Amino acid sequence: MTISAPVTPTLDSLTLGDIVAESSFPLTRDSLVRYAGASGDFNPIHYRDDVAHAVGLPGVLAHGMLTMGLAIQPVVDWVGDSSRVLDYQVRFTRPVPVDPDLGAVVTVVAKVGALDADAGVARIDLTVTFNSVTVLGKAQARVSLV
Amino acid sequence: MPPYLVGREKVREFSRAVFATNPINFDPDAARAAGHSDIVAPPTFAVVVQEATLAQLLAEPDAGIDFTRVVHGDQRFSYSRPIVAGDELTATLRVASVKSLGGHSMVTAESTVVDATGAHVVTATSTLVVRGDE
Repeated sequence: MTISAPVTPTLDSLTLGDIVAESSFPLTRDSLVRYAGASGDFNPIHYRDDVAHAVGLPGVLAHGMLTMGLAIQPVVDWVGDSSRVLDYQVRFTRPVPVDPDLGAVVTVVAKVGALDADAGVARIDLTVTFNSVTVLGKAQARVSLV
Repeated sequence: MPPYLVGREKVREFSRAVFATNPINFDPDAARAAGHSDIVAPPTFAVVVQEATLAQLLAEPDAGIDFTRVVHGDQRFSYSRPIVAGDELTATLRVASVKSLGGHSMVTAESTVVDATGAHVVTATSTLVVRGDE
């Protein structure tokens, strides 16, 4: 495998509103089981429909933290190094139900939300949708481009 | 609790689970070429360390929290430096606020994660919504 140093975008090449990355993530029930094991979050609403129904949910939901975790990946690929993400926050506004047969496709669009030239930091705002409906609110990452 | 030792395979497992593809999350040589001592954890990995402190909170009988009624409201990670394989991390949870809203309870928990030298690595802040009876 050839290792080349990632090319970091420069702050002065960015304009507010620029789309810097976008991607789609097809989730299946397998994705949820994999995330449960990797994260240690074994809340049964993420793998048992009967438990989800019993607490008034439409069915098994994706872990909010899975949606949060994958939504930053297009930004990581854009900046080339996950350690450039200094701060990352989201609000979980709508659930992502994952159909046992059809799964669920989560779409991410990352735009430049603010630029801090003195700190060398860009705020990247994420629009994260499932079935054309936004599922994360105030999804923002501060990335270092120094 | 003893410190959480960040294992290389755990970082890889978590990286795969969040659809990470960056070589520095998987390959020690790529991570070292980018200036890190070992493979780098994805930005949300701190939740694994935080999870242990949240589990303590949820298991606390006095808190009276029904696990299946807990919904994640919001989450934030503020990093001083990235988590890398080999780190020995200790998380301390503080309940920052508790609010009641229309029969639901909102608990904001702030976990401060430090390394073996006591230096700050990341603060993970979660708001959990405990849904009331409908």
